Amino acid sequence: MAENPNNKRRDFLQLSTISIGALGTAAFIWPFLSSMNPAEDTLALGTTEVDISSIEEGQSITVKWRGKPVFIRKRTKEEIEEAKEVNFTDLIDPEQDIDRVKKEEWLVLIGVCTHLGCVPLGQKLTDNKGEYNGWYCPCHGSHYDTSGRIRKGPAPNNLPVPPYSFLNDTTIKIG
Amino acid sequence: MSGNSEHRKYKNSFLNWIEFRLPIISYFEKEYGDYPMPKNCNYFWSFGALATITLVVMIVSGIFLAMNYTPHTDMAFDSVERIMRDVNYGWLLRYIHSNGAAFFFIVVYIHILRGMYYGSYKYPRELNWILGVFIYLLMMASAFMGYVLPWGQMSYWGATVITNLFSAIPFIGEGLKIWLLGDYTVGNATLNRFFALHYVLPFVILGVVGLHVAAVHVHGSNNPAGIDIKSKNDTVRFFPYMVMKDALAVCVFGVIISAVIFFGPNLMAEVDNYIPADPLVTPAHIVPNWYLAPFYAILRAIPDKLGGVLLMFGSIAILFVLPWLDRSKVRSCNFRPIYKWFVMLFFVNFFILGYVGMLPAEGLYLLIARIGLVYYFGFFLIITPFIHRIETPKSLPLGISDVYLGGGKEALNPNAQKEII
Repeated sequence: MAENPNNKRRDFLQLSTISIGALGTAAFIWPFLSSMNPAEDTLALGTTEVDISSIEEGQSITVKWRGKPVFIRKRTKEEIEEAKEVNFTDLIDPEQDIDRVKKEEWLVLIGVCTHLGCVPLGQKLTDNKGEYNGWYCPCHGSHYDTSGRIRKGPAPNNLPVPPYSFLNDTTIKIG
Repeated sequence: MSGNSEHRKYKNSFLNWIEFRLPIISYFEKEYGDYPMPKNCNYFWSFGALATITLVVMIVSGIFLAMNYTPHTDMAFDSVERIMRDVNYGWLLRYIHSNGAAFFFIVVYIHILRGMYYGSYKYPRELNWILGVFIYLLMMASAFMGYVLPWGQMSYWGATVITNLFSAIPFIGEGLKIWLLGDYTVGNATLNRFFALHYVLPFVILGVVGLHVAAVHVHGSNNPAGIDIKSKNDTVRFFPYMVMKDALAVCVFGVIISAVIFFGPNLMAEVDNYIPADPLVTPAHIVPNWYLAPFYAILRAIPDKLGGVLLMFGSIAILFVLPWLDRSKVRSCNFRPIYKWFVMLFFVNFFILGYVGMLPAEGLYLLIARIGLVYYFGFFLIITPFIHRIETPKSLPLGISDVYLGGGKEALNPNAQKEII
């Protein structure tokens, strides 16, 4: 049987049939997997405009952007000083305060703990702000400073800064 | 399959008609009538049947709940409240389903304990054990997704925390998380797909249970002595002996679960889940269901995100290789004077982990969780593979019938079990 020249031809035909069939089936997995990614209308909810004229110094507001809370805080002089004074190279996720803001007094953050996605406390005046006077995540005990940088606890990264721009002095566009 | 003799196997002509075309009658006769069970099996051997029945109850109650449930973020919570208040016997369906889930885990944990204590996972039942761990994994996935459906605060934040575990994976984690959620956060897309999967996974479990049972029937059930069936005298027929025994177990189980359903339906529920989901406010304390809490404790015991996630998944994955970690030739812990206590301590430790998994991860609780974590992995990686080197097993009885003769004292050494490798 092995000497039969037809066998090589048969092996080739079998192998190529199976391969093409398998490839075709595998290719069809893609549309199914892709359908599970965010849909076009979900992606379209990309931007939010916020009026910030009513926020006093030391106050924060929470707005929703892409379903997530965004913290907008008008920082006090002391808070800005605290954020700048730290030797940033010693931090868990080293970042300078200046790189995290567009205007010093305005801090804009995605209010989702980088550990497992809880919303940190610290937006209300009565909230526990943690040991670094910023935000404190009650779920697993992460402490963030006045620049939203992780200082203590299990979270690996700083609170992220969303893409935003100042349309004028009193309006921010997030996204 | 020729001849009229096949046609006249049963008195009932309809059965014969079926049997000739699909030999399902003789299959059930063989597997659930004649099937020989070791006659020394105790009531721990009823928990497989209990688990199967609980699965069926979960599927039936779930289908009827689904007829009144709406998987949409704006309506899910209210539709569950409507089931509780307005749908006829809706409260009963929901309490059966929610408490049934907890009891499903209780029954399965006892079933797993039985398998570990009596060495049911050893040769030739390794594949059986692996199928069982698959069932357990599917159960955890189904339970997690089912818990999200009422769309309360615990549903929402539990889903957020668990799906965020995937974001710990380097490079692809964030993309994987968004793909799983279908949105940037837990949202309507997530709720919809969780409902679809929660509906279908139990049927997958049912299929794997079929394989699990078929696999155990190949070499027969293990027994408390952990020795092989040598003759017909070692066994009793499945029907009526085991069917009757299991029926009594089901009755007792029914009394216990009914007591909880009717008199303490929220004993195992979290009050925060009666608050509608709010994406902007995290509850002060996120608590998993008790039956998943041991793994949550392991996750939180590690102060590093990726490390915690890896250990948590590792703690489940390690179960798959248990048949190869245990190098002892003796199956049953009845004859293993040292390992026996470590197995029992393993289960005590598992429930202690569950207990601290539901409390805040700080101070003493965190310390207990870390000790528990060390024992969990130490049990699998150090005690199980090496204990047989220092342990002298008691001598095994020659056969199952000898168990009743007070035998075993002067019987053979464990090497008599040559087929155990």
